[in-house]
Amino acid sequence: MLWRRRTDQPPWSWSSPFEELERMRRQMDLLSGGYSRSLFGEPAAGVFPLMNVTEDKDNYYVRAELPGLKAEDLDISVTGDTLSISGERKLPAEDEKAKYHRREREAGRFSRILSLPARTDTKKVEAVCTDGVLTVTLPKAEAAKPKQISVKAS
Amino acid sequence: MVDTESKALQAKEKAEMTTPAEQTRPGVVFTPAVDIFETEKEITLLADMPGVQAADLNIDLHENVLSLDGEVNAPEGSGEADIIREYRTGKYYRQFTLSQVIDQGKIDAEMKDGVLRLSLPKVEAATPRRIAVKSS
Repeated sequence: MLWRRRTDQPPWSWSSPFEELERMRRQMDLLSGGYSRSLFGEPAAGVFPLMNVTEDKDNYYVRAELPGLKAEDLDISVTGDTLSISGERKLPAEDEKAKYHRREREAGRFSRILSLPARTDTKKVEAVCTDGVLTVTLPKAEAAKPKQISVKAS
Repeated sequence: MVDTESKALQAKEKAEMTTPAEQTRPGVVFTPAVDIFETEKEITLLADMPGVQAADLNIDLHENVLSLDGEVNAPEGSGEADIIREYRTGKYYRQFTLSQVIDQGKIDAEMKDGVLRLSLPKVEAATPRRIAVKSS
């Protein structure tokens, strides 16, 4: 919207001063929206499924909410420091004569690739799906693990 | 009606509940996405509640008001530090008012892979009867 306005008409040809104010207001909204998002760290990529990534000393954990999916419906692959997950969510067909009051659940394909902060040991990656939550455990490669460095007193 | 051509799923933030009553407990409450449909015999409700175990789900039907209440335990173990946080976890809560009279004794609930399937059979009297019109 903003971009279009800029290319379509030069900024000096205001049709009214209020329009320029409106443009500034929108730009401010964009700014404040951007800040509040980065504060909470929410939708970063905007790709389904949304993921939470955590780490401890030895592993990275990638979690995603995928209700109704089983581990075998998912295609998960790891190469060094990237993890890709793809699959399809299908909603089983119901009675043809059924009449709907609400229809909010969605079906469809998805695929996502995620870069991890460091390399992982691809041979030991495990994925489990329990209660509609996928957890992928990726052990860190030896080189990526933190090492204790003792300081010698001279 | 049903899409046979499968489309790509869009990332969506979970809908946070706007509470009718003030919360006294910490944590966020989400409204689960649901499908509700009815046939002549029963009303079926499907709800996406990822992370809820069957034991942590409370379903209550009181004077035509159906309440779903699912607790979610934080999936993260202790000692894990966040790197990316795109979604939040919290309990699920949603209420519905049912217009039909439900046979309370025959309600059936099943929780599988984070999806609740609730069958609410209508009482006999509420199932529509075809009325034959006689010509005199």
